[in-house]
Parts: sequence; C-alpha cells; structure tokens
Amino acid sequence: MTPENAISVSGQSSIRGRMESEAASGEAIIIAPRRHPWRWIGGAVAVFLMWRIVNSMIYNENFGWDIVAEYLFSPVVLSGLGLTIWLTVVAMTLGIILGLVLAVMALSSNPMLRYPADVYLWLFRGTPVLVQLIFWYNLAALYPVIQFGLPFGDVLAEYSTNALITPYTAALLGLSLNEAAYMAEITRAGIASIDYGQEEAAKSLGMSRVKTLRRIILPQALRVIIPPTGNQVIGMLKMTSLVSVISLYDLLYSVQGVSARTFQVIPMLIVACAWYLLMTSILSIGQKYIEKLCARDAL
Amino acid sequence: MNAMVMARKVSKSFGALKVLDGIDFTLPKGEVTCLIGRSGSGKSTFLRCVNHLEEINGGEIYVDGSLIGYRRQGNVLYPLSESEIARQRLGIGMVFQRFNLFSHMTAIQNVIEAPVQVLGMNRDEAIERGKKLMTQVGLSDKLDAYPRQLSGGQQQRVAIARALAMNPKLMLFDEPTSALDPELVGEVLEVMRGLAETGMTMLIVTHEMSFAREVADSVAFMDQGKIVEYAPAAEFFGDPKEERTKAFLSRILKNAGSERAAA
Repeated sequence: MTPENAISVSGQSSIRGRMESEAASGEAIIIAPRRHPWRWIGGAVAVFLMWRIVNSMIYNENFGWDIVAEYLFSPVVLSGLGLTIWLTVVAMTLGIILGLVLAVMALSSNPMLRYPADVYLWLFRGTPVLVQLIFWYNLAALYPVIQFGLPFGDVLAEYSTNALITPYTAALLGLSLNEAAYMAEITRAGIASIDYGQEEAAKSLGMSRVKTLRRIILPQALRVIIPPTGNQVIGMLKMTSLVSVISLYDLLYSVQGVSARTFQVIPMLIVACAWYLLMTSILSIGQKYIEKLCARDAL
Repeated sequence: MNAMVMARKVSKSFGALKVLDGIDFTLPKGEVTCLIGRSGSGKSTFLRCVNHLEEINGGEIYVDGSLIGYRRQGNVLYPLSESEIARQRLGIGMVFQRFNLFSHMTAIQNVIEAPVQVLGMNRDEAIERGKKLMTQVGLSDKLDAYPRQLSGGQQQRVAIARALAMNPKLMLFDEPTSALDPELVGEVLEVMRGLAETGMTMLIVTHEMSFAREVADSVAFMDQGKIVEYAPAAEFFGDPKEERTKAFLSRILKNAGSERAAA
C-alpha cells in the first residue's frame, strides 16, 4: 500500500466518526423551505390585471361576442378554415419534399447540383413570401403563354398562363417554394449532424449512395429534422393567411368577406384568431409529443 | 494469383502533405499482417486506400487480382463509377476504430442490413446467418440490443459480425481496439484471433504489439508514408533490421514495461 492510500483511509474513518457522534446527540436537523415573497406579490398583481382585462372584454360591447358566436361555426368560416388546412398540408408536404431534394443537392460534391441549390436558397429566402405570392399570381404579365415541347423542336402543348396559374396554384407555388428553402436548411443541418463514420461504414459494406441516404443517414437525421419542422408547420398555418392578398378564400379572407358586408371587423377577426389558436394549440401538443419521442430515441 | 492485396508505388497526399510515399506491399491469401507505426505514419490511410475510402494519387492497388477504384487502359487509369466501386467493396470487410454501428438499428439489424439491401438476400435467411455470426463473436444474447446499450467491446464485436455477414475474402481492421477501455480490449482481440484461425486474410492497423507478435504472420512498420520494414512476425520482433524499427520497438516496449510496473 502506498502512503497516499493510507492517508485517505484514515481520513474516511475520521469522517465516519464525526457522523456517528452527531447522530448520537439525538436532535434531527430540519432544512426550512426557501421563502418566495415576490412570487405572492407578483401573483396578486397578475390576478388583479387579469380580472380587469377579462372584465373589460366581457362588458365592452365592441367585442361583439354575440356576433362571434353567430359566425364561429358558420359555413363560410368553416370553408375558409378547410382551405387554410388544405393549403397548410399541401404546401408543407411539397416544401418538405423539395427541401429534401435541395438539401441533398446542397451537400453534393457536384458543383452543378450545389450551386443551383445555393442560388435557390439565396433567392427564395432573400425575398418576402408576400412578394413571391403576388409574383406568381401575376406570372401572366411576364409570360402570357407557357409552352411544353422538345428543345429546338415541336411544341407539344401550349397553355395560357392565366388558365394554368389559378389563385390556388399561385398560392401553392408561393408557399411551398418558399417553404422548401427553409426546409432545405433544416434538412441539411440534420444530415450534416450525422457522424461521417456512418456513411463510411455503409460504403464499406457496398451500399450505394441512395441506399445509404435512405436507410442509414435520413432515419438518424430525422431526430434533428423533426422538431424544427414542427415550428415550420405552425408557421405555415399562419403564413397561409397571406393568400388573402390574391383573393383566395382562406380563413382570414373569409372572415374579411363577412366583415366587409356587416362592418363587424373586430368580432370577425376574433373568430379567425379563435380558429388559428385552436389549430396551433393542437399542433403544439403534437409537436411536444413528437419531440419527446425524438429525444428518447436520441439517448 | 496468390496475393490478396498487392500495392505498387502507392502515393497519396492531403494538400502539400505527403501521407503515402511509394508503398510497395503484398499480402498473400490466408495471411494476417499487422501494420504498425506512430500516429501520422500513414498506416490508417493506406488501409483506407485498400477499399477506396481514400483515393490514391499515384500507383495502383489490386485486391484479389482486380484493380481497386480504376480501370486501366494502356498507361492511364480511369476512375470507376460509384456502383462499380461499391461492387468491389463487397469482397472487403472493414472494421473501424469507432465501431460505426448504425445507431438506429439493433445488433442483428446491423448485421443483416447489407446482405438484405445490397446482396438481396432473403430476410429470414439473413437473420439465420446473422445469428450464427453473432454466436461466433459471443453475442448471441444481444441480438435485439441497440448499439447504445452495448459496451465498446460488444459494439466492436457486432461490427466484426456485420462485416463478416458479407462473406468477405479480405478483412481490414483500422485500430479496432484503440477506442476501447483497457479491460474490453481482450474480448475483441479474442474474436480476431479466432477469425485468423479460420484462415481469413486480414490486414490490421494496431498498437497491440503482443497481439501482433502472437497472431500475425508478418508485420509491416510504417514511418513517414513508407514501409520501413516488412518481415515475418517472429523475425520482426526478434531481430529487426532497420534502425527506425529498433527505435520504435524499444520505445513501445519501454512504455509497455513502465505501464506494467505502474499496475
């Protein structure tokens, strides 16, 4: 045994001796809980303010709660809600798929894939989505006719741009192309977070690039990709309200249509907000649940 | 042809740094060779060139008679396509320092992934074979464990089983025990020893000198991108010819000696 060991052994025995002597004195020691006086004061102030605000909301007739109740489940609002949900789902799906393609392009060693992806991100992240929506809606001003055909050959099909770009296609183009740029960044970060050793192991087993991505890299990258994608879905749900500028009857444009007839602006906005809040709340709960799953898997 | 690996004048640079400098090397079929040397001597890089995880800048490497990574026409080497290189890798198993198990898959899923996905093997058949390999590496009770639930030594043994599942004719080991806690090194070396006894051709980058002395047929010492000495194991350790080899061995053995004294 070395001298150091001998010292530490004797040190332990002296501590044990002290603990025994305190226990022998018979008095148990109690730890008092920490007091938080400011929490009580702050709580009292908050309750008072809440009471005043709720009171004013109930008794201020300008809120028009009866009108809110009248229109909350009206067919025109529900159909607007349906379009908002449809736009969110379709634009998000397209955005995720195109974002994945862009992420893979951006990570490619081939400059002819990498540079176009970079330019795409630069363009679509660098301009407001509102401007992009209006741009797609007015595409006909730029190209009145769209033709499909062989390069330098016959024209196979020809369409008037106005017939092709309906408000629906303009909305989907604007929302999903913009979303793709953000999803590309999220997906790229997710793929880049996977240790290169995983790819090397797959390579050494003779797996092709596509199989390595699909079977090895992406399933692991999903843990990193999914949580911020939840934020994007919630963002998309609210971003769809922009399509009101190209006169598409989403939730917001539907309630605006009603208030244009009835001049009840505030109550109709409350109707819209109630539905937005309900949907974002549901999405938030789903997001928390999925994030928990991802975190557990990441152990 | 009797050589499993044949390298001729292989050179490789990372920018201005010359990592491999004219490597000539032959590994006969059925033999086990250990590559040793200081870190930075190029031994891992050479190993990685053998299955084309690294591209070489000059020379040529043949595995079982086929030129790795290139097609030769006259005196020019044209790069092969990704899929052709992938096909060449099928016969070459590799075990990594950091195991690199697929962390979202259980042990048995790791083992059957490539046979099913690449070779198109029937899943039940692959599982059957995978179970045998897991038994061979002493982990028949860990089939459904995820990598994070396994110790380093167990992970490395799964990685060996995963490489063996492709029925390779050559196995490459890149410092397979360097990332392991000392008490786990033995179980991995035991599996490798058993594999050597089956007649597998093995190329092993390692710092385990006693393993090299016991198991390897021959040992190659690398320094500054060159193979300084390449000799049968007994001769290499018993009677090294080169000064640099002697200096390296005496330093290694002295370190090992002082570690033993400390323990």
